[in-house]
Amino acid sequence: MNLKRFGAPAVIAMTAALALSSCAANEGGSGDPAASESTLSGTLVGAGASSQDSAQQAWIAGFQTANPDVTINYDPTGSGAGRDTFLSGASDYAGSDRAFNDEEIAAGGFAKCAPDTSIVELPLYISPIAVIFNLEGVDSLNLDAATIAGIFAGDITNWNDEAIAATNEGVELPDQAITPVHRSDDSGTTENFTEYLGAAAPDVWTYEADGVWPFEGGEGAQGTSGVVDAVTNGTGTIGYADASRAGDLGTVAVGVGGEFVEYSPEAAAAIVDASPFVEGRADGDLAIELDRTSEEAGVYPIVLVSYLIACQEYAEPENVELVKAYLSYIASPEGQDVAAEAAGSAPISDSLREKVTTAIDSIQ
Amino acid sequence: MTTAAAPIRAKQRPGDRVFSKSAVFAGSMILVTLAAVATFLIVQSIPALFADSEDASILDTNFWAYVGPLVFGTIWAAALALLIALPISIGIALFISHYAPRRLASALGYIVDLLAAVPSVVFGLWGIGVLAPAVQPVYSWLVDNLGWFPLFAGPVSGTGRTILTAALVLAVMIIPIITAISREVFLQTPVLHEEAALALGATRWEMIRTAVLPFGRPGIISAAVLGLGRALGETMAVAMVLSATGAVTFQLLTSVNPSTIAANIALSFPEAYGINVNVLIATGLILFIVTFAVNAIARWIVARRAEFSGAN
Amino acid sequence: MTTTITPPEPKTSSPISNSLTAGKLPNQAPWMVLGASLLVSAALFGMLALTGGEFDWAGMFVVAALVYVVTITTVSRVVEGPRKAMDRFVTALVTGAFIVAMIPLVSLTITVVTFGLNRFDVEFFTYSMRNITGEGGGAVHAIVGTLLMTGTAALISIPIGLMTSIYLVEYGRGRLARGITFLVDVMTGIPSIVAGLFAYALFAIFWGPGTRTGIAGAVALAVLMIPVVVRSSEEMLRLVPVELREAAYALGVPKWLTIVKVVLPTSIAGITTGIMLSIARVIGETAPLLIAAGFTNSLNYDMTEGRMSSLPVFVYTQYANQGNPPEAYLDRAWAAALTLILIVMALNLIARLVARFFAPKYGR
Repeated sequence: MNLKRFGAPAVIAMTAALALSSCAANEGGSGDPAASESTLSGTLVGAGASSQDSAQQAWIAGFQTANPDVTINYDPTGSGAGRDTFLSGASDYAGSDRAFNDEEIAAGGFAKCAPDTSIVELPLYISPIAVIFNLEGVDSLNLDAATIAGIFAGDITNWNDEAIAATNEGVELPDQAITPVHRSDDSGTTENFTEYLGAAAPDVWTYEADGVWPFEGGEGAQGTSGVVDAVTNGTGTIGYADASRAGDLGTVAVGVGGEFVEYSPEAAAAIVDASPFVEGRADGDLAIELDRTSEEAGVYPIVLVSYLIACQEYAEPENVELVKAYLSYIASPEGQDVAAEAAGSAPISDSLREKVTTAIDSIQ
Repeated sequence: MTTAAAPIRAKQRPGDRVFSKSAVFAGSMILVTLAAVATFLIVQSIPALFADSEDASILDTNFWAYVGPLVFGTIWAAALALLIALPISIGIALFISHYAPRRLASALGYIVDLLAAVPSVVFGLWGIGVLAPAVQPVYSWLVDNLGWFPLFAGPVSGTGRTILTAALVLAVMIIPIITAISREVFLQTPVLHEEAALALGATRWEMIRTAVLPFGRPGIISAAVLGLGRALGETMAVAMVLSATGAVTFQLLTSVNPSTIAANIALSFPEAYGINVNVLIATGLILFIVTFAVNAIARWIVARRAEFSGAN
Repeated sequence: MTTTITPPEPKTSSPISNSLTAGKLPNQAPWMVLGASLLVSAALFGMLALTGGEFDWAGMFVVAALVYVVTITTVSRVVEGPRKAMDRFVTALVTGAFIVAMIPLVSLTITVVTFGLNRFDVEFFTYSMRNITGEGGGAVHAIVGTLLMTGTAALISIPIGLMTSIYLVEYGRGRLARGITFLVDVMTGIPSIVAGLFAYALFAIFWGPGTRTGIAGAVALAVLMIPVVVRSSEEMLRLVPVELREAAYALGVPKWLTIVKVVLPTSIAGITTGIMLSIARVIGETAPLLIAAGFTNSLNYDMTEGRMSSLPVFVYTQYANQGNPPEAYLDRAWAAALTLILIVMALNLIARLVARFFAPKYGR
């Protein structure tokens, strides 16, 4: 007679039981041993930057297909949480939009790593950030850093402003208000974008680089998808987002050393090669000091470099081979191409790959 | 079933004892759970309450300056949502319980119930993709023609993703909740009361006003509180729809809008680390307190009216 | 409410011929007025459209509704007197409220169904997302996760919630009852994201940091669900007339049997609605599950081990971390949303049948 009281949960349990008897058609585990000679097995857990997520999913898919007994989970919890998770030892590797800084490395305490060893930081995900806009009849604009900064700071409020017209001869600019759209969440994209503005147009952009938009003004939107949606659905809007998501929206060619450079994977990879490594780091630590003001030809300066972070020496040896194999796959031309296709990232150059490979080999 | 045959005695039956004990046990479980949640929140919040901008990078000056605008935004958005949703929900509930043909009514009630299940993410997607573009022209018109009214002051948002849109989305989200409970309560109105009113010559509206609404008032308030609770705590939909810049403003139609506590947690938590996490959890504690205060006020109103409500 | 006090149709249109039917509008009057209002409004907007611009459908219906309300009230006031006019006015408002509410609800439903059907295919229900990037893939893992976690949450919270409400209504006197009422109010105010943080922290204490399991997700959901169950069941139990209980006591029925056999069946319809509402409320929760249960691309049946995906989290991650091509990710998100709604629909239907089966037969 208590049936009625437990009716609803019983029903749920029954439905669940029905669902449980089914199975995912694409998950056979290692049912097809002939397909691979891989001897790797185990589970890797990574966490960190959501910017890398699409690329991570592609890498995981590629790696798991080649090694059917391996399961890799990547949690796109965000760079800060990813670094914390790695620090606490809850993940085997981290993805982060910035490298650990000197103080954090000096403090140490990486729980997964052997005591008193350093960490390996690999810049394996380079993503150009496009400045996108939605303006009827205009597909591309040439803007220098000062103008971009002026627009996002709210100093330039109309599309027919002289500063915009000066670098865009022949483009018909409408008399329309500009709605700048920025990320309302804390993000590496915003941090890199504001860092660029601060470095390239220090007179106009006086705010510090930060993952949170530094002042009240313009329109906020959540995540890359939110910004793209807001720019697409609005009129006279301009925003910044991962270049892979620019789609049909107009994009800005950014002024570098007197020329205007459209974003492209090559131009984005070029800025990384043109920038020095952070000084005073351990051998495997390839943290990069991006040179935003570089005047070299063909360099696209608004990029987000996201790192994969692992231990130099793991305290427990069980997953070392797996980590090395996975990172090697990511660094390989194949891995970089997979990410480029899935996430629109810029493949790393061969010279960088050499250094990365050395660093991966040193992991133990 | 066998105990039913037991002789009638003044002393308690074992069944009774077991049943009442398990009821008390269930009640105490709530106590335990809540104590655990509260302990967790308070312990995690303490470092944040005394932090300044040196400890936590997301603070400008101190915690209270950080949380103030968020509290304002939370209450403002939820109040707007309730203002929109409550009359409409009561309307729907009355329509289903007393106006629509009976057969149609249960189907309608079913549809409304289903909407309570739409995940907030989907409301967010719908808000960005469908609602915001649809209301933007209306907002433009309001700013152009009624801009002198402070709430409608310009400049109008180019995307329609304003606090009013967020409140509309919230209203759509809480309408099913308020409607479902009010409807059930209206249906429980004693038929004798209703028939007595009608027999005295009351029109349908007079019957509702004199019999149904007084009977249902505590239920309506309960429903409104549940709805308000959801509106206050709603995270994803607001985070996705609202163009939140953290300003304190009453203007409904501009790009510059206050953020809400829950949305702010969702926006900032993924990248938070160190003491910033504590700051965000502390804002959660504040939200908890705000919601509780609202609930307490509603309870007080219900209790004050209970003796007149007609419910036993 | 089929009861009516109005006598049969007046046989003549002359209002004064019969004192009983004096001053009553014919039954079709509202429909005629409605038609007239639509015509007037359509004509008005038609003329506007002629002078320039498109025909404004939305505006037309708004104006028609206003015209209808004003006309029917005025006509009724003149013919039937102020009381009847008030009744007509409220009827128009109530119906209007219903129609107004239907607009977003219908729009939402259409959006979800049209977008959701794109990927509502066999692959969606037989595949998980393991090793899948870009197009294809499915949500088996998320469906299983949702059913398991929501089911477990329901198993925890329905007994506790229902027994608590029984305690409050039937037994609760004095300080403890007041305290529990108070605490339930407090619990209603727990923001969902805080419940997620709480469950995550709780399980981290016992199983180490970074633990994300299905059971943690279920606990987070249960924390959110219990107060809703208590509040709605309490409301429904209070509505059971005291006379029914007294009648049972007078027949010598023990208190607990009275509750089980008399009070619960009387209010079972309302309680079921409340429970369904509470399930519906938590089954769509995203934020707490993202934190407490994490998400994974692989199928996982084990509540106590490993991350578990769920439909809302699946929707969110597919939307927020779109890869290439973005449409494939959005289609999966919408299809998952549609699935979620269908699951709730099925649960709702079953619960209603259960309620109808057990509920005592009323005269209405």
